[in-house]
Amino acid sequence: MSKQYETVIGLEVHVELATKTKIFCGCSTAFGAAPNTQTCPVCTGMPGSLPVLNRQVLEYAIAVGLATNCDITRYAKFDRKNYFYPDNPQNYQISQLYLPICRNGGVEIETKEGGRKTVRIHEIHMEEDAGKLLHDAWEDCSLVDYNRSGVPLIEIVSEPDMRSAEEVIAYLEKLRLLIQYLGASDCKLQEGSMRADVNLSVREAGAEQFGTRTEMKNLNSFKAISRAIAGETQRQIDLIESGEKVVQETRRWDDVKGESYAMRSKEDAQDYRYFPDPDLVPVVVSDEMLQKIRAAQPEFRNEKMRRYREEFGLPDYDIEIITESRHMADLFEVATAICGQPKKVSNWLMGETLRLMKEKETDAQDLCFSPEHLAKLIRLTDEKVITGAVAKEVFEVMFAENVDPERYVEEKGLKSVNDEGALQKTVAEVIAANPQSVEDYRNGKEKAIGFLVGQTMKAMKGKADPAAVNRILKEACKK
Amino acid sequence: MANIISDETIAHVGILAQLELSEEEREQARADMSRMLACIDKMGELDTTGVEPMSHVFPVQNVFREDVVTNGDMREQMLLNAPEEKDGMFVAPRTFE
Repeated sequence: MSKQYETVIGLEVHVELATKTKIFCGCSTAFGAAPNTQTCPVCTGMPGSLPVLNRQVLEYAIAVGLATNCDITRYAKFDRKNYFYPDNPQNYQISQLYLPICRNGGVEIETKEGGRKTVRIHEIHMEEDAGKLLHDAWEDCSLVDYNRSGVPLIEIVSEPDMRSAEEVIAYLEKLRLLIQYLGASDCKLQEGSMRADVNLSVREAGAEQFGTRTEMKNLNSFKAISRAIAGETQRQIDLIESGEKVVQETRRWDDVKGESYAMRSKEDAQDYRYFPDPDLVPVVVSDEMLQKIRAAQPEFRNEKMRRYREEFGLPDYDIEIITESRHMADLFEVATAICGQPKKVSNWLMGETLRLMKEKETDAQDLCFSPEHLAKLIRLTDEKVITGAVAKEVFEVMFAENVDPERYVEEKGLKSVNDEGALQKTVAEVIAANPQSVEDYRNGKEKAIGFLVGQTMKAMKGKADPAAVNRILKEACKK
Repeated sequence: MANIISDETIAHVGILAQLELSEEEREQARADMSRMLACIDKMGELDTTGVEPMSHVFPVQNVFREDVVTNGDMREQMLLNAPEEKDGMFVAPRTFE
């Protein structure tokens, strides 16, 4: 009988903070600029340049620490991590080893079995990102863009508390939500603003000791993480079963091939020779600073869910989806405050919004229509200025470019036709053009009326009230 | 206490510092490192009970900048520091990952 194995996983999660400038200099962090146009002597590692800490980085790091139940280190420092690689122009990365800003935290996740468990957080530290390397296709060299060099990161290091890919994803989802709610980062895996390195080992079920772990990098989607965990678990079990040893090493996951390979050679000794950075003075977190950050913490998801249930009486399903993104929750709250109709606002979000998000592959945090416009659209429908069909049409344009629905309806002439005379005239035309359907209806085929309503709505370009069309059609057929 | 620096240590430090040392340089490095360690051993004799480790000489703390963009496009100047430049980027020896 084959042995049972347990997978043990810890994560190192890097999150790019949503600051306007880099961690140690006044260069912009805007995405997508031409190479090296957002660089200076500090972030290109010129001798004699002096890094100065961005206050916002510290405040975001503390806010994330508080949200993940960490102790905040009241006397923190920065250290230099030494290594040579062209993406690291100083030949050291400024990070925190000895006195990281947050320690001893944890977040609660839901497990597959419906239970709860805490994933402990060992520490959160602040550090700088590296530059980007491009490999020249024609010449035997690499090209370096330092725009990303010095972009602020926090690294959240968990304890080895996870046992499956599901738990890893639940933990990442939890972190992502907390951090997005804080506005500290948009946490997009695909774009690299959230990156997870997976430390994984296997051991025989029930064993006390951990097995030898490997670290896997280059995981940029939840699906890749799941596949990498499955692949690496199997690789390690196969090694153990065949009597070989797992080597402690860094491996790179190739999601296309579905396999990982060792990244660094033995020559590349893992010895970072950390030491305190003499250029950066210690950070002392005062009671006042801590109090200020604590007071500014937003209402997080659990509290929001409770409030939505009590205050708006929305179904759990709606609440679940709306609060999955801070941006959508904000949209909901502002639109509801304006129009006073939570269920209608929710219906727009649950229905058309989700449908279009799926169709256009839009992230909830990138929804561009304003809550004011959504509230207006609801009012226009309520007041029967436009029909439900037209409202959907207008919403689609709002979804794409946040148009003002009132102005759009006016400009495109989409107002409902409530003019009884115009309706009567169109109905008469439809009846004249479809004698067979009229005959069918008269002979008791109820369904035929649906076809005639459809034809009339089409002729009216959707601008008629379907109920009125139905009534007038039935009357006309009886004649 | 005499500090014996092994060949492995010299080789290891050489790799970390990305230095290719000649036989002569190895011996020089070995002698230098022995003397440095001797100096550190001497310091180790001091009683430092109750003394906080010091990483900064000046009693300064909490020096921050506000999150405001102060730097514009300095690419041209920055690239003057590049050993070689191509397409607005720094040219480095080919690296593999």
